[in-house]
Amino acid sequence: MSDSYYKRTDLPKFAEISEGAPGLASKFFDYYGAVFAEGALSEREKALIALAVAHAVQCPYCIDAYTQACLEKGSNNEEMTEAVHVSCAIRGGASLVHGVQMKNIAEKISF
Amino acid sequence: MDRFKTVLTENNIELTRAETLVLQINVGLECNLACRHCHLSAGPTRKERMSRQTAEQLVAFASKFSFHTIDITGGAPELNPNLPFLIENLAPYAKNLILRSNATLLGEETYSDLVELCRKHQVVITISFPAISEIQADSQRGTGVFDQSLSVLKKLNDLGYGREGTGLELNLVSNPTGAFMPSDQKQLEKRFKEVLQNKWGLECSNVFSFANVPLGRFKEWLEKSGNFAAYMDKLIKAFNPCAVSGAMCRSIISVDWDGYLYDCDFNLAIRLPLGGEPLHFSELQELPGPGSSIAVSDHCFACTAGSGFT
Repeated sequence: MSDSYYKRTDLPKFAEISEGAPGLASKFFDYYGAVFAEGALSEREKALIALAVAHAVQCPYCIDAYTQACLEKGSNNEEMTEAVHVSCAIRGGASLVHGVQMKNIAEKISF
Repeated sequence: MDRFKTVLTENNIELTRAETLVLQINVGLECNLACRHCHLSAGPTRKERMSRQTAEQLVAFASKFSFHTIDITGGAPELNPNLPFLIENLAPYAKNLILRSNATLLGEETYSDLVELCRKHQVVITISFPAISEIQADSQRGTGVFDQSLSVLKKLNDLGYGREGTGLELNLVSNPTGAFMPSDQKQLEKRFKEVLQNKWGLECSNVFSFANVPLGRFKEWLEKSGNFAAYMDKLIKAFNPCAVSGAMCRSIISVDWDGYLYDCDFNLAIRLPLGGEPLHFSELQELPGPGSSIAVSDHCFACTAGSGFT
């Protein structure tokens, strides 16, 4: 075992996951490819969304892959940084909005 | 150094010349910019320039053969004082005459006559325009270059270049601003045209998207920044057998400022000669025919990655 759970060289091995369940992997990768194809949203816009989600789920593989994808699709540093802020705002907002639950409970059990 | 040859063999592909239709002329390596992706390491300290004598011989050479396209490049071709002579005298010998420009000097008053000359001969102007982001463009080409390029685009648009119905073609070439692959050309063109129009009221005819070639100043940067191996890996993984048949080296001969011949401007950058031995255009009796060999090296992966470099 390596000393680290995450290794840059593991990303290109993603396709090897199909070895355990090729039928499921095939369905997943077909779906994945279709999701990122040009549609109502451009490939560039989808890569920016993926970059934001990658930060929300804090996946280093996805951050690496979609940083490069965003640049290759023609996005720039300002756009990519704003996408990360969107992720940050939603994560932060999700924490903060649960404060309503805290308030509800505190109010219920307090004089 | 033979990985490209190996990959061709593995894919059962023989890369040979087709009909030679394009004469590319590199008039010198002097340039007012020193772009970080430049495969020729062109810049202000380079003094290599095509002489008048070579330019005159080249006109005679072009008159002898029938080229569909003559493509003038550099460096910054504008800095060679023989450029107006070449445009004036080469125009009758090609259906399509292209001038490549870094889109800064053409905005200067000194070059107004040159722009008029291009207009008179319906010269296609192809300018470097890596990104629609000022920060990205300037990181590749130097501070303030993006704004200068917008001014040049405006000037050319005002003269009819890039405007529909004028017959004056204005093309943009976008190279990635780092060690990553180029954007899909169709999508990039759509976005560039939208942003140029909406933000600045500017127009162009076509947008081309090409990979950076790991040679010259770009190779130096790749090595210094620790990106060389990963970038080569990306190019190799993106090898597209279908792109080989459309590679520009199959239909072009490239003449350096000193008159020596190459299969393309990238082989010219590393002095990898056409036919294997240094050959001056004045010694060429006939154009290399279909089926003749093309000199290759590992930088050729840049032209076969994805949709290729045509």
